[in-house]
Amino acid sequence: MLEIVVNIALLVIAIAMVCLIYRVIKGPTMPDRVIALDAIGINLVAIIALVSIMLKTSAFLDIILLVAILAFIGTVTFSKYLEKGVIVEHDRRNR
Amino acid sequence: MIEEIVRVVVVILIIVGAFLNLVSAVGVLRLPDVYTRNHAASKAATLGIVSILLATFLYYYVEVGHFNARLILAMVFLFITSPVAGHLINRAAYNSGVKLWDKSVQDDLKKEMQQNSKPKRMKLSK
Repeated sequence: MLEIVVNIALLVIAIAMVCLIYRVIKGPTMPDRVIALDAIGINLVAIIALVSIMLKTSAFLDIILLVAILAFIGTVTFSKYLEKGVIVEHDRRNR
Repeated sequence: MIEEIVRVVVVILIIVGAFLNLVSAVGVLRLPDVYTRNHAASKAATLGIVSILLATFLYYYVEVGHFNARLILAMVFLFITSPVAGHLINRAAYNSGVKLWDKSVQDDLKKEMQQNSKPKRMKLSK
């Protein structure tokens, strides 16, 4: 029962990622694309968890935390770039 | 006995998580502007991924007997950072001038920004 459910869940999440990729390509503004890419990262975490259930190994569980951290850092960086135009401010006096 | 119950719980959690991820993707696909899309993406996807990670944690704890603390850490991390990322990108969208949906009726932040912008500009010009 568990294997069938894991396969169905993988299929459903793949369909969800296809919807999000459509939004990345089509999205009229830049924040749309960033939101969709962040959601793609979260869905990738779900796929890694389900594949590690399917393969019955716990070797991939570090990657879950890694992908989550990278998705968060990427989204914060993009939002700072969209808001201020720079990512790392060198001039600390004129903030 | 208890293992059977936990297996059923794992299956239910996986189904709920996949369903919530699909709902959030359909919301991102169909809602009209950036702010509503972000509302769909940051809430439903967060609950879906926490549900799937909880299912994975229970699966390893019951089937393998392996208490995996990294999964709990990932759950807590995603639960904290995903709404923060949604807030930041929404704020960047508002400040870079993305329009609301043309049928939306209320924009309280616009009034606040107009009231606060005047003294800030005077302070900057000094």
